Amino acid sequence: MTSLTGKLPLVAIGRGLLGLLLAMLFAAPWIFDPAELQILTELLCLLVLAVMWNLLAGYADIVTIGQHGFVGIGCYAFYGFVVLAGVDPYLAIPLAGLTSLAFAIPSMVVVFRLRAAYLAVGTWVLAEVMMLGAGKINAFGAGLGVSLPVSVVRAFGGNIVERFTTIYWMSLALALVAMGATYALMRSSTGIGLTAMRDDEEAAGTVGVNLFRARVACFLWAAPFLGLAGALITLQKLRVAPAASFSIIDWTVYIIFIVIIGGVGSFEGPIIGTLVFFLIREYLQGWGVWHFIVLGAVSIAMVLIEPRGIWGLLRRIVPGDLIPVSHKPPRR
Amino acid sequence: MAGALANQIIQGILLGGLYALFAVGLSLSVGIMRFVNIAHGDLIVLVSFVLLSLTSKLGLPLVLATAIVLPITFGGGYLLQRLLLQRVLGQSVLAIVLVTFGLSVIVQNALQGTYGADTRLIPGGDIVTATIHLGGGINIGVLPLTIFMSAVALVFALDRLLYRTRLGARIRAVSDNVASANLVGLKSAHIYAVAMGIVGVTMGISAAFMAVSTNFDPTSGPSRLLVAFEAVVLGGLGSLWGTLAGGIIVGVAQSIGAQFDAGWQLLAGHLVFLAVFLLRPQGLFPK
Repeated sequence: MTSLTGKLPLVAIGRGLLGLLLAMLFAAPWIFDPAELQILTELLCLLVLAVMWNLLAGYADIVTIGQHGFVGIGCYAFYGFVVLAGVDPYLAIPLAGLTSLAFAIPSMVVVFRLRAAYLAVGTWVLAEVMMLGAGKINAFGAGLGVSLPVSVVRAFGGNIVERFTTIYWMSLALALVAMGATYALMRSSTGIGLTAMRDDEEAAGTVGVNLFRARVACFLWAAPFLGLAGALITLQKLRVAPAASFSIIDWTVYIIFIVIIGGVGSFEGPIIGTLVFFLIREYLQGWGVWHFIVLGAVSIAMVLIEPRGIWGLLRRIVPGDLIPVSHKPPRR
Repeated sequence: MAGALANQIIQGILLGGLYALFAVGLSLSVGIMRFVNIAHGDLIVLVSFVLLSLTSKLGLPLVLATAIVLPITFGGGYLLQRLLLQRVLGQSVLAIVLVTFGLSVIVQNALQGTYGADTRLIPGGDIVTATIHLGGGINIGVLPLTIFMSAVALVFALDRLLYRTRLGARIRAVSDNVASANLVGLKSAHIYAVAMGIVGVTMGISAAFMAVSTNFDPTSGPSRLLVAFEAVVLGGLGSLWGTLAGGIIVGVAQSIGAQFDAGWQLLAGHLVFLAVFLLRPQGLFPK
């Protein structure tokens, strides 16, 4: 009992840091200038994508390399609703999320017929088809893309500070909803099944976890969040274009590195990964292509040394989860 | 019109030969080691750049440069499997995908850092422009024909190697059941590594042909991987002749797609892949 109490503060300290981070996020519009706020907005969007990739790859055994497809669909859907269909800009954001969901449903026919590593490349093919297809639509500027009209941009704030603040609040809200809802999903009976799948897929199936249903649920769960993030990303970039909206580097490669380095299969992992990614990017950006090489090498080393990432390393000294997804066994 | 279509189909079949060359190595690693190497395309592009350096900096003829490089690609494949991939082979799918994915990103960016982002092509001399006129509007390039014949020869040779030699029997034994193979005294790690060395040789051959027949740049790897993957899945996992057939299907689809609009080439290939895959998920020649 003494050793336990000796270690207990670590969990409390960790939670304290998380709380501090959250407080800083809520105070951000008053602390930071617009440029910093924009970086923070971008990081929040990356965090949403990381939480979703972690849910799929870390728990549902859907190791996708095609996440950028659904982000891009969200980008294009937002532009389509707001500019081509003339929908209210604030309404177009949730509609973009629904559009990604609508694309996820037929995609399952391909995704769930492939297993394991084949699935990874299969999702990549799907994303490629979505990107090439988007580049064929003239209404969206075909291969070159098209900018958001000023009137749409103005709907989110008359001046740049006001607009960045609005987009920031929406991104923070999205990140909190994505994490809160996914947390609730993980605490539900589906989530318990998912955690069991993460630990041992066969054993989970034996004790009656409906693997297929759980995997489908996760796939459909992630899609609208990816689309919503896409809409908010478009609001920052102010344009849609096949290569940028469906960027495999930004929405899949970076995300995979974030989750692997932070810790796949844990709730803390994507948060830690996003912070580390931010530091690496800020300090190594001058290195050009070499920062990719560092990220690639670190993630390979991570897979070989500690597959559960930085959080896996920390968890060796920290006695409990900061965000306990698993249920505590009943005390006797 | 019929002549033009026939010509497109023939060009597509020949293009399929190049795709089959990309794909046989992937087909071997899928069939034997049962994993998809995400860095497959990037490693081919890496070899193409090495060949570029040997031919342009040292002035070696491409054939000689390739002959020098093939033993190196064998050794590279062997070491890659032995030192890196073997460590994660028994673990989760996630691990092998992530390691080869990380490798893919490293290779792409190392190439970009070393060679810059320019598009390259190794000049192949007269063979590139030589054509055989068959009449009826059908012309066959000597280079595409050579590539196609090489693909057929390579598939034939690998098939013989796997099913008619002692080494092939060992590779298949390890692939079927690692534990039993170890039990009868086979060194599974070594045999897997030899198999990956053979994959390396196929990469070297396809890299040489790619370098003279299509433009490449440091980021060309993923598109090669996707085409190779489609050929492997269409053919049926683990079937080498099936992979050749799969490559031809993608090649013909792209060639006909390109008729409508240059931009449709890639999309047509992917769409035909998805359509055939949905109709026949197990592939054309499943094992």
